[in-house]
Amino acid sequence: MSRLVNESRGAYAFIERNVHLIKRYWGWELVWFFYSLVNSLAVTYIGAGMERISGQPMDTQYLIMYLLVGTLIWSYLSMIFYSISEMIAWERWEGTIEYTFMAPVSRPTQLVGTTLFAIGYGVFRTLLTLLIVAAFFHLDLSQANLGGAVLLLFAGSVSFVGLGIMAAVLPLLYPERGAQMTNAAAALLLLVSGVYYPIATLPGWLQWIARGSPATYVIDQMRACLLHRAPTGSLLSTVFPLIGAGVGVIVVGLFVFQHVERYAKRTGRLKRSG
Amino acid sequence: MSLPALELERVRKIFRRKSRSLGKRTPAQNGKKETIALESLDLTVARREIFGVLGPNGSGKSTLIRLVSTLLLPDSGTIRVFGHDIEKEEFAVKRLINRVSVDAAFFKKFSPLENLAYAARLYGMPMSEARGKMREILLRLGLKEETFTEPMERMSRGMQQKVAVARGFLTSPSLLLLDEPTTGLDPYSKRDVQAFVREVRESHDATVVLTTHDMDEAERLCDRIAILDRGKVIALDTADGLKTLVPKTNGHDPTLEDVFIALTGGRMEDKELEVAE
Repeated sequence: MSRLVNESRGAYAFIERNVHLIKRYWGWELVWFFYSLVNSLAVTYIGAGMERISGQPMDTQYLIMYLLVGTLIWSYLSMIFYSISEMIAWERWEGTIEYTFMAPVSRPTQLVGTTLFAIGYGVFRTLLTLLIVAAFFHLDLSQANLGGAVLLLFAGSVSFVGLGIMAAVLPLLYPERGAQMTNAAAALLLLVSGVYYPIATLPGWLQWIARGSPATYVIDQMRACLLHRAPTGSLLSTVFPLIGAGVGVIVVGLFVFQHVERYAKRTGRLKRSG
Repeated sequence: MSLPALELERVRKIFRRKSRSLGKRTPAQNGKKETIALESLDLTVARREIFGVLGPNGSGKSTLIRLVSTLLLPDSGTIRVFGHDIEKEEFAVKRLINRVSVDAAFFKKFSPLENLAYAARLYGMPMSEARGKMREILLRLGLKEETFTEPMERMSRGMQQKVAVARGFLTSPSLLLLDEPTTGLDPYSKRDVQAFVREVRESHDATVVLTTHDMDEAERLCDRIAILDRGKVIALDTADGLKTLVPKTNGHDPTLEDVFIALTGGRMEDKELEVAE
């Protein structure tokens, strides 16, 4: 019981710390939020302008919603990915990595705290973006299955936590280049996951990579859910494999992380702040 | 007889780094460079002892502290903290220790209280208990109440180091590892910290391992002192015992600094050879 209490205090330490970091770096947060909002608007305006670009009559409303779902869900999932993958990079930037790794807190506990914060902050930012975007476009949610969307968002979160842990290993292994390598991993996911276009548009070998990205399934089913009112029952064939695969990747990710942490301690890589 | 606070048996640690040279590399330069940080080190620190470790830069002091802190793993040998093996019972060891290092890092934009609250939660302390203790230790170390909520980045190096010391003591560790804790502090602050170390040993039954370059500090605080050179203990005794190892100079009793220089050979090249520990 006391171990459980200690671990929950440990997990809360990471939530509180991240909240403080957001408050202290609010200027940066504001800049990033503005950047992400403008990005979402710019992408959505491509949909609004397609009729003029092609000179052909099109279902503009559908295109707007298609792109908006992609950009918002990607914004949320990448937020989960970055929050977790940067849990080591932040410690490197601040120089606190040795203090945190010396503390009697298990890595899964650190992960739980980081994930809870990431989900809470991700949902807040995504909803705020949606509210602002709604002021620019007429959003037709008459065909939306909102309950199903929440379920998919949850499944997507689980699947991205595992990917985040895998990516968090990089700054541990490569103090100088690790954080940039996680950016490259996120960029690849953005390219192949059908965020702005159907994956059938991609060459065959990229479609093959797309099948390994959980975002492909989350975004595809989210569109079915919000644009075509796909019933919740039909989503389950995606939700359960996503959660199952997500849990599997989390377990593998923790295993890999544990071994890389030992390697870092064996070779003295915790010290170098890069 | 109680368990020793710290036992090291034949501990060896080598760092291997890829040789990196700018320009053309010879085949030899492409290999890995090895630095022996600790060489078959044996050491026992008794419970409630204040144990000093002196040594030139690169002698292995910080490596020793980081090994005991579970931040490094030995290549061979065993390290036990109150009987717990640091590799097999890492979690039990982590609960018993804390460390203050010369380059203590904080969340720079956080205040001392926020940094200490983070530490308290990591160590599972209830905040109801931690809040009072945080203020008490900060005041005891001479920090003014109005600085408690200032961002750390606005504080002087000395004040930051005092917060580091407070953070180390906050969790009441049974074994406190102090890696040059008073470097950068003014003489008053040094005295504050040194008095506090003694006080904590008396009141909390704590054991302290202290590395320092300050000979007076070592003499004033430590029950026994080990002199480390090139990863080996070359002398271990009380300060008075160490002084008997060196003959009198011009009729004067040797100081601890004389002993240190005589035993380590005063090699300046070692001071340049800071191991990337």
